[in-house]
Amino acid sequence: MTQMEFTQVKLSPVDDPEAIINNFSMVVATVNGSGSQTSNLALIRALFRMGIPISGKNLFPSNIQGLPTWFTIRASKEGYTARRDTTEILVAMNHTTMIEDLEGLVEGGVCFYPDHIARPEIRDDVIFYPMPVQEIIKDNNPPRELRDYMSNMVYVGVVSQMVGIDIVAIRGALETHFRGREKPIAMNMAIVEAGAAWAAENLVKQDHYYVEADNQTEGLILLDGNTAAGLGSIYGGVSFAAWYPITPASSLAEALQGHLPRLRRDQDGKNTYAIIQAEDELAAAGMTVGAGWAGARSMTSTSGPGISLMAEFAGLAFFAEIPIVIWDVQRMGPSTGLPTRTSQGDLLFVRFLGHGDTQQLLLLPGNMEECFEFAWRAFDYAERFQIPIFVMSDLDLGMNLWMSKEFDYPDEPMDRGKVLSAEELEQVEEFARYRDVDGDGIPYRTLPGTDHPRAAFFTRGTGHDDAAVYSERPEEYVANMERIARKLETARGKLPKPIIHKSKGARAGLVGFGSTDPAIMEAVDRLAEAGVNVDYMRLRAIPFSDEVLEFIEKYDRTYVVEMNTDGQLYQLLQLAAPANATKLVKMNHNDGLPLTARWITESVLGQEAK
Amino acid sequence: MATKVDGKKLKSGNGNLAGLTKADYRGRETTLCQGCGHNSISSQIVAASFEMSIPPERIIKLSGIGCSSKSPAYFMSRSHGFNALHGRMPTTATGAILANTSLKAIGVSGDGDTASIGLSHFIHLVRRNVPMVYIVENNGVYGLTKGQFSATADKGQELKKLGVNPFMPVDICMEALIANAGFVARSFAGDPKQVKELLKAALSFKGTAVLDIISPCVTFNNRDESTKSYTWGRKYEAPLHDVTWVPKRDEIRIEIEPGKLKEVEMHDGSMLVLKKLEQDYDPTDRMEALNMLAETCCGGILVTGLIYMSKEQPPLNEVENLVETPLTLLTEEELRPTSASLKKTLEDYR
Repeated sequence: MTQMEFTQVKLSPVDDPEAIINNFSMVVATVNGSGSQTSNLALIRALFRMGIPISGKNLFPSNIQGLPTWFTIRASKEGYTARRDTTEILVAMNHTTMIEDLEGLVEGGVCFYPDHIARPEIRDDVIFYPMPVQEIIKDNNPPRELRDYMSNMVYVGVVSQMVGIDIVAIRGALETHFRGREKPIAMNMAIVEAGAAWAAENLVKQDHYYVEADNQTEGLILLDGNTAAGLGSIYGGVSFAAWYPITPASSLAEALQGHLPRLRRDQDGKNTYAIIQAEDELAAAGMTVGAGWAGARSMTSTSGPGISLMAEFAGLAFFAEIPIVIWDVQRMGPSTGLPTRTSQGDLLFVRFLGHGDTQQLLLLPGNMEECFEFAWRAFDYAERFQIPIFVMSDLDLGMNLWMSKEFDYPDEPMDRGKVLSAEELEQVEEFARYRDVDGDGIPYRTLPGTDHPRAAFFTRGTGHDDAAVYSERPEEYVANMERIARKLETARGKLPKPIIHKSKGARAGLVGFGSTDPAIMEAVDRLAEAGVNVDYMRLRAIPFSDEVLEFIEKYDRTYVVEMNTDGQLYQLLQLAAPANATKLVKMNHNDGLPLTARWITESVLGQEAK
Repeated sequence: MATKVDGKKLKSGNGNLAGLTKADYRGRETTLCQGCGHNSISSQIVAASFEMSIPPERIIKLSGIGCSSKSPAYFMSRSHGFNALHGRMPTTATGAILANTSLKAIGVSGDGDTASIGLSHFIHLVRRNVPMVYIVENNGVYGLTKGQFSATADKGQELKKLGVNPFMPVDICMEALIANAGFVARSFAGDPKQVKELLKAALSFKGTAVLDIISPCVTFNNRDESTKSYTWGRKYEAPLHDVTWVPKRDEIRIEIEPGKLKEVEMHDGSMLVLKKLEQDYDPTDRMEALNMLAETCCGGILVTGLIYMSKEQPPLNEVENLVETPLTLLTEEELRPTSASLKKTLEDYR
């Protein structure tokens, strides 16, 4: 380990008339389980610390060790964070995918590769930089068990040197990663610096891709949506959570488990929450419902296959009117599908989750701030409307790295909904659990343990009258369902309104939701450049508010952009706006990869040319 | 028997220590069949809760789906009840109990609920030691769907519609023991005194108390030769001991020759007094319990009584290190961390 002060040889784009600065996608191709995560995070965090807008996506297999994995970092001085379908810089650490990885590079692109890999001679239009990975590792001699991990630090050093990433920023990134523990930081930095020094001495810059410090990330944070959701839930006062491991939702529960002990213990070190890893998703949902019934702020998080198992309890909670929050971090279906690929394919299923006539309320977060905000608001909605609230995230939002403004602290007090205390029961003549006292369809409830002889009621999934007593009477069944419909209508107007981006002289509308937002925003700019101005509405909740229906009314054509095979949002909008159904144009794509601005732009231009 | 608590003598019909009469523990009128074992168990739940002076508002009633699971509507209307989904009562119970640990939870399930559709939830509930009384009203048959075999039906049991059952039964007590239950008892709805005493002990136990109660279905499975029938139970019930629950600090009044009495202390200091019958049985020996069940499972007798008790495993609420105040009663200040803590947390994501 070198104790000497390292000085980076500075790279300057000034002399390169073809320089491309802060605008590229870099793909690191590795095998999973090889410990490249630390290296990739060091690169992306360093760029972020240099003030350059970035996003990071991990394309990983459903496997523990040995299969190909790609980590993509997009740097964009314009601030675009969607997936790009070109790759400018490739770090080819996986020889089994090197041919296809090379084929994906743009002309004039760059390929870094370990010099012990036989380089396929298939591209003479890209720049190759070999890296003496084994040699550098040998010289530095890290502990044997860490050797593989450390090997990945070589490319951090070489790449940093060749594109101009500040080694000081790499160090800062590692300090964050290792939470300030000097030993691993120093060990990793030694390899990084050795790589950078070797590159400065032995490689000549032949490509045109450069990194330059900027100031666009000041005050921002960098994190994934599952962490944001976990934190939002904690600041929403979650007091009970149950879950069962499933990709890509596990890290949401793990975020809870990671942060709760620090944030939610009383002065005696006792927990103000309970979190249970259940035996399956049926149980996770059941525990969540039990706790919600008892009066806890109760949640669970899962993905498609788990949602299938939760259907039973979702129907019960809808009909028995029990507040719970369910996060669906969507992945590709049908069935087990592609467990590690992103999709928006659960929309229809969740909207009507439960047999009989069940309608669920859905929140649709589109960025990190909303993952946080909707997480805390979801409890307020659930308790206000006494119903499950489904928050529809996806793998791209949930597990990938996004820049975000710092989260705003909840700006409203908790809404615990219509709950009668023993004192309040004393004031009312009669308590009937499912009676519409206020005309908004929302009844009053009491919590178990309320010390009043009239507090109790019997919760059931069977038909009931307004006092919660079993009833098979036709008029009581109908009256109950009509009241629930009134309640849903009350909720429809209170859930988050869509965000509408207007363009001058817009000739068409564009609708989307969730993780596709960055790609659509970028596409809107590109379409404007091509002379096609569109207004863009991002939905944030289902059922749709009046603003949504008015938007669709306005244009001859509204493109419905989504990531599923059946055009599920398109179908839901048609149902909600039958008179304008023919104005809607289905624009869906579903191959497991996040949408790109290019695909959206070309799809819209193709349609507009007709 | 007249129970003495804190020097006050209680008689049913009068007020209890909570100042309530037995009428305050009443439920709605039962809609189960006349003579159904479940109704008898409901009465004993009422009697036990009343005699122990547990205010009904401090009790939650949980159930799944089936005849047994309907029964919580027929006792203690002043307790909140939750008739959830088939086989899933252990899950709703786990959530509800952790959300409010100050309440006593009585779960009522059936053999279809617990031994078939919900077997895995049952085992995991026991494994986690969720503090509750878990009653299985076991009749070997699906009543509500009109007479199909359940998983506790005896091999060779005959039903009108389905003929002869070819499979070995699931033994709920054995399942509970294997899952490390701390309280396992079996009783018979035709032996209400024993049911009541075991219920009282179960209500005093901090952890999962499993009560497998043979509760005859008079409509679909009450032929004399069925091991779940009244006739068979009355004829072949073989109590391990005579059980009497004695509240804390009460003087044991039972006169008995030395060596014939065994006391098992509950968490709250109350005692279950076991009077020796024909043979010695040690309910604190798990292996003996398992052996006894294995030996008697198809032996033509119905063994009842306290099969096993151990306070070794901590209940789930202790494992979870919960605050004293029920989670449901925490205030906004206790539930929502400060804005300063949010700022500090976000610093880790630079």
